[in-house]
Formats: sequence, structure tokens, C-alpha cells
Amino acid sequence: MAQRERRQTPPFGGVFVSHARIMTTADMGRAIRRMAHEVIERNHGVEDLVVVGLQTGGVPVAERLAETLAEIEGIHPPVGTLDVALHRDDIGLRPVVPEAVTDLTTDLDGRIVVLVDDVLFTGRTIRAALDALCDFGRPRSIQLAVMVDRGHRELPIRPDYVGKNLPTRRDEVVDVHATGVDLGVMQK
Amino acid sequence: MSAATGRRTDGGGGGHLLGIDGMDRSDIEEILDLTDTFAEIGRRPIPKVPALRGRTVATVFFEGSTRTRMSFEAAARRLSADTVSFSAGTSSLSKGESIRDTVEVVASYGADLLVVRHSMAGTAHRVAGWTDLSVVNAGDGCHEHPTQALLDCYTVRERRGSLDGMRIAIVGDIRNSRVARSNVLAFTALGAEVVLVAPATLLPPSILGWPVTVAHELDPILGDIDALYLLRIQSERITEGLIPSLREYASDFCLTASRVARMRSDALVLHPGPTNRGVEISAEAASDQRSVILDQVVNGVSVRMAVLFLLLGSGRQLGAVDAGDSVEGDR
Repeated sequence: MAQRERRQTPPFGGVFVSHARIMTTADMGRAIRRMAHEVIERNHGVEDLVVVGLQTGGVPVAERLAETLAEIEGIHPPVGTLDVALHRDDIGLRPVVPEAVTDLTTDLDGRIVVLVDDVLFTGRTIRAALDALCDFGRPRSIQLAVMVDRGHRELPIRPDYVGKNLPTRRDEVVDVHATGVDLGVMQK
Repeated sequence: MSAATGRRTDGGGGGHLLGIDGMDRSDIEEILDLTDTFAEIGRRPIPKVPALRGRTVATVFFEGSTRTRMSFEAAARRLSADTVSFSAGTSSLSKGESIRDTVEVVASYGADLLVVRHSMAGTAHRVAGWTDLSVVNAGDGCHEHPTQALLDCYTVRERRGSLDGMRIAIVGDIRNSRVARSNVLAFTALGAEVVLVAPATLLPPSILGWPVTVAHELDPILGDIDALYLLRIQSERITEGLIPSLREYASDFCLTASRVARMRSDALVLHPGPTNRGVEISAEAASDQRSVILDQVVNGVSVRMAVLFLLLGSGRQLGAVDAGDSVEGDR
């Protein structure tokens, strides 16, 4: 999905070519399990949690995180999805994908929202997501979990839970998919 | 990613939506697919996104309208665009200002997109030729009303999943109806079969080339259609004696409680509004479970959000590009 979005997106364009496998499926599983434990430890359980995946790449990661939380604690936290395309500051440069839907039916007032994305890069998506979330209620706190933190932040945003810190060049592309994480470039 | 830091300089401006004519199935479906995204925003606790912040949408209506204007303005505000509005009745137009001057004045208030309605066919096309701004046709005489057709298609699709193979009857004042024209094009482009139902005097002089069939009576086909699209009898456009009286029209074509009961249980009843109760539709029929007239109003805002966003947010062209210069020299 993330790959598809990038292919349509002007600043990226082209086709993703991988030059290194960064994480395997098993690595991702371990990272998610560790992040789940960190989430539980920090929040003393999962009672007030709402897990929100960012469309499109963050959604599968959010689902896996919520399942792992349920395995460990026996309670499945509510999972929602959030599409921030219309809250972005670079609107018009990225396509709005119709199948990327916002589905947030849980009342967020007083809850702890764990925002989940696949890759943390400039921080602009998260900035947009924070804006969007505030239209849905007033969470007690918002925490950020990402599978890969690749650096190059343009805004004062930091993640609370990180699957892997990955130093990258700006022109590289990180692709998180069901069977692992790849580092590569877009070729025209 | 350097583009991400820039203002919205390259996205937006210049695209138009002038008519369904020239749009193919995939053009229409793209807008309808995107409408789902905007319909979801309407269901949020705070139904507003900052997508078009700093943009200005001007509604320029040389002909009266309440709901189309309100719908466009609601759509613009939900996208955080500003709105300015011009109505012929209260403006310098009544002091003799030309359309062109009016458009230039409205544009100089910083508008990025003009929503234009006029009682003369082709006005939106001409306006599009005069200005660099995006233009949306909100009805030009008896020609087209594209956003109405899009919202009707969306409403039908929402209920039935697809228009493919549906049989849709459009009933009433076809001759004077821009809604009928846009809808015939849109419904058939999406794979539906269209039947026009009207007394001969209310049909256009020629329907040659229209992909439709014609019936002069409503009763025989009632049980046989998937959707009934009722048009408003436009007394403001009917100047000659095309129908003997509204009562006689109503006796043959008004959707009464007994007529709606003869329709299939999953059939839909649509009306672009405002309804003339007792002429095109009775109060009972309007509140029948087959009636989706209120859905049309709600969906109108979502569809118009999608159109405004596509034109201003992505700088897209919707439909035919034949606007402007070529038309300008014609008159």
C-alpha cells in the first residue's frame, strides 16, 4: 500500500528498488512484541488505550501491535484508522487515496491514544495526525509508536516507541511491508 | 521533499468542471470514489478539515438558488476555504454591470474558484474563457448541472452498489431541465439504462443521439424500474402553454402514495429539489422508504467537497477542456 502511494506521488515517483533488507518478518515480530511490553509498562496496562493506525502504512502495524497487546494482557484495545491527507501542509502534492479511510468510532475523551505509523521521517505526517485527532476528542495523552525511525526531522516531534532506529540518506526510501523492512531508492 | 516546504503554488487553479459531457466512466467514478472520503468527514464530531485553508470559493449566481449555493458554501467551509458570494438580485447587475465585469470584480476579491450559475446555456464556459480561475458550472440555463448529476449518481450508488444494468426513469420537464441532461449523460456513462417519461410537449425538440428511450405515460412502467427521477416543473422556464394545467400534469405524472406503492420495494425515488408537493410528488410518497431525497441533499455537500478539493487541492481538470477561447469568439 505504501509502495502504491509512493508510486503515484510526484516527489517520489518511479518504482521502489531495494538494496538492503533491514528487518525480516521475525525481526518485526520481535520489535512489535518489545514495543507492546513498553506500552503496557508505561501505561500500567491497556485499559484506557486506543490504538490508531495512520493510513496507509501504519494500519497493519497498528493491528499487529493491538493483537500483541491482547495476547499479553488479555484485553484487546480498540483499533482505529486515521487518514491525514486532508490535514497535510503539502496538500496537492500527494494523492488522496479513496481507500484510505478514517475509521475512528471510539470516543477519545480521556483515553490514551497510541498513534502508530510505519516510518517516521520529517514528522509532518504526525503533525497533521495530531491536528486531525483533536477533531475527534480530547485524549488524556497521545503517544507515538513507529516501526522505523529514519531521522531527518523537520518538526520538534519524537517517537515514544521505536521498532528500529535506522540512519538514512534523505533520498533513500524505507519500505515497511508485511514480510519485512527494506531500504532502497525510487528509480524513475 | 523540498516541495513539501513550499506553499501551495503548483497544486490547484485552472481546472474546471463545466459539464458531464466529455467525462467518461472513470472520470465520474474517480469523483464518486473520492466522495466517500469526504462523506466520512461529514460524520465526524467536528466536520471540518484544513485542506483548502487560505483558498477562497466565490459563488456567483446570476439566477436564484438557495440550496445549491448553500451546499457549495457548506462544502467550501468544511474544507476550511473562505467563501464570498454574489447574487444578481442584490448586486450591481441590476444597475447594468456586465457578466464579464462582475466576474472580474469577484476575481479581484481574491477568489480561487468561481461557482457560476446563469439562466443562459454556456455561461460557465464563457466565464472559464475569461479567467485563469477554476470554474464550476452550477447550472447554465437548460444545458448542464454537473454536480447535481454527480450527487445523484453517488446517492444511487450508495444504495445499490452500482448503476450497471439499472433502469432509471427521468420524469417531467425534460425539455427545460439541465438536471435531466447532465443525468442522462452520467447515468448512462455508469451503465444504467435511461427512460425519459413526459408529455410530448415537455420533451426536447429532438433527442437524436441521446442514449435513451421515451415513454409518454408513467403508470405502465412503474413496476419495471429501479429508480424514478422526478424533475421539478419549472414554472419560471415554462413560458408557453406546454401543459394544460399543473393539475392535469399531476394527475398523470405526480408520484402519489398509490403510485409509489406499485414500485418495486428496492426501487429509489429521487428529486433534485425544491419539490412542488402535489405536482411531482405527494407528501406521502416523499416520505416513503423508497425516497432518498434527503440523502441527495446530504450527499450534495460531500460530492461538492470532492469537486472543490480535486480542482483546488490537486489542480485537476474535470471533464471536457473545451472551455473558453474557442467559445468566446462564437457570439
